[in-house]
Amino acid sequence: MSDPASSLDGAGAGQGRSINFLQLLQRLVKEKPLGAIGGVITVVLLFTGLFADLLAPFGMNETDKLNFLAPPSAQYWLGTDHLGRDMLSRIIYGARVSVVVGLTSSAITVAIAVFIGVLSGYIGGPFDLMVQRVVDAVMALPGLVLLLVIISMIGPGMWSVIVTLGVLGGISSSRIIRSAVIGIKENAYVSAAQAIGCRRSTMFLRHLLPNIMAPIIILFSLNIPGVILSEASLSFLGFGIPAPQPSWGGMLGGKARPYMMSAPWMVLWPGIALAVVVFGTNIFGDALRDLLDPRLRGGAGRYGTMGIGKALTRSVRARLAGNGTAGSTNIAANKEV
Amino acid sequence: MLTYIARRLLLTIPTVFIVTVIVFVMIRLVPGDAVDAMALRLSQQGMEIDLVREEIEAMLGLDVPVLTQYGRWIGILPNKDGVIDGLLQGNLGGSYWRAYTVNQEIARRLPSTLELGLLALIVSQVIALPIGIYSALRQDTIGDYIGRSIAIIFIAVPSFWIATMVIIFPALWWGYMPPVMKKPFFEDPLRHLRAYIVPATVLGMSMSGLTMRMARTMMLEVLRQDYIRTAWAKGLRERVVIVGHALKNALIPVVTAVGLQLPLLIGGTVIIETIFVLPGMGSLIVDSTTTRDYPMLSGAMLFFAFGLILINILVDLTYAYLDPRIQYE
Repeated sequence: MSDPASSLDGAGAGQGRSINFLQLLQRLVKEKPLGAIGGVITVVLLFTGLFADLLAPFGMNETDKLNFLAPPSAQYWLGTDHLGRDMLSRIIYGARVSVVVGLTSSAITVAIAVFIGVLSGYIGGPFDLMVQRVVDAVMALPGLVLLLVIISMIGPGMWSVIVTLGVLGGISSSRIIRSAVIGIKENAYVSAAQAIGCRRSTMFLRHLLPNIMAPIIILFSLNIPGVILSEASLSFLGFGIPAPQPSWGGMLGGKARPYMMSAPWMVLWPGIALAVVVFGTNIFGDALRDLLDPRLRGGAGRYGTMGIGKALTRSVRARLAGNGTAGSTNIAANKEV
Repeated sequence: MLTYIARRLLLTIPTVFIVTVIVFVMIRLVPGDAVDAMALRLSQQGMEIDLVREEIEAMLGLDVPVLTQYGRWIGILPNKDGVIDGLLQGNLGGSYWRAYTVNQEIARRLPSTLELGLLALIVSQVIALPIGIYSALRQDTIGDYIGRSIAIIFIAVPSFWIATMVIIFPALWWGYMPPVMKKPFFEDPLRHLRAYIVPATVLGMSMSGLTMRMARTMMLEVLRQDYIRTAWAKGLRERVVIVGHALKNALIPVVTAVGLQLPLLIGGTVIIETIFVLPGMGSLIVDSTTTRDYPMLSGAMLFFAFGLILINILVDLTYAYLDPRIQYE
């Protein structure tokens, strides 16, 4: 515990550096081979989702009335389900759900986290104290239970899942942005901008936002695997993406379950797809963070990859430093809400 | 220390208040639904809907202004019969359909969830700590890579999938099914543990990934401290350095992380209880969500929220006790 919590709160990450994507890619391959594998998985997922119509050999709801519960064969590579639908095609279309939910929901999360975090961190004082109590309150409610209740109230569907996951994630992730803003606020250029009578909007857009780009990108990429898993958990419980639309979580639950003993391939493939994608996006996000944010690369020296462990450690530290009543559970939220 | 405790408790009061407001507003956002659902149910039993609509509203206490409803609900205003009975008195509310109140349902179902949760917590620590510590001690060796891969895999593989696999494949290959147990713990503790150990292991496994990485990071950090170097320089054996000097300091924050992982554990029990058909809080929540039993849901949610806030306070105080170096503002 040689380091004070101040250097661990992600403040001022990647200050004043514009991000060169080509250079980043080179460094990813060279310094983080595992992260590069994660990147490949992420790109494959992205393309599978985008071009599902072209890649899938059958339609997502096309039924073959002669081949219910058919085991994997040359015609149906991964077998068919209880309605005679091709599993491979449904897995490919399921990737689309994961891509759409992962990207849009994380975008909402980032937008809300930045909005709350920047305002709360920059204005500070009683306003900050009040906003943080609301954030505490939302974080005190257990995530999955809250999701279930909200979605049962507004009705299941792709957009209710996306918006609910995005908003709830944004509220708790605002802590990360807030601590970054608080760190940046101490800089001389912020005082200088204040001194020359800089307007608030200019302050936010020109001085604060560019300097919290690194934590924003990290938040976005590390939020995706958590969102994909949450959507899968919700669909599994029957509160996510409604039926004929294939979702990896939904394919494991609901109507499929009575058949899983006689056709184990029905539950085998969606789970493997889910695990590979969550694994890939997770290590890709981890590597991205290491590359973008050298200050997070490990307290006092080189400890190899900074993963969820270190992020969790940081959130524990931040909480022990006494800034707020509940620490950032966002990292823990990376898994199933 | 005393100022810290006072500050910590003071900050909790607004949080608790806001939690009640959020839950209250959320549940009241759908009053129409509740009355309509109730009216539908009554009309199915052959009653006139128009006649009873006001009665249903009165029965549910929806016929008074919203602020009065809130006051009655948290227990500072008297109910229609003049009795003050709300959250402050420890009454979490009733249910639309069930014969039991929220308090009774929680009393019935909490032991099962506690047993599952505690077992899962133990399993996750038993898996995570040795691997995480070993990983740190043998940093950048093959053992470390294997340990870290296990951690990432445990984080990536969804618990509901492992649970499903655990049910299917042993049944297909060996005809084995995890035993189902509905009797209270004290009547037959051993059989009871047997019924809970499979679900708890699945849940514990999926939670252990995070703890593993946390333990590794903390251990690595401690191993770089001066006093560890001094211990090595004194010529102490590795076992003494690790167990006597490093472990204690590395594990304190890991204890704190358990508090941070509780929301995760609660979410996990919801899923695991659904799959293994355990009569706990998780299945209560899923059932209540399906039947749109909002009073039951709000009660269960509040119970969890209060529990989490309380446990987090305890965790913080424990930390202050365990590590005197931490200075609170």
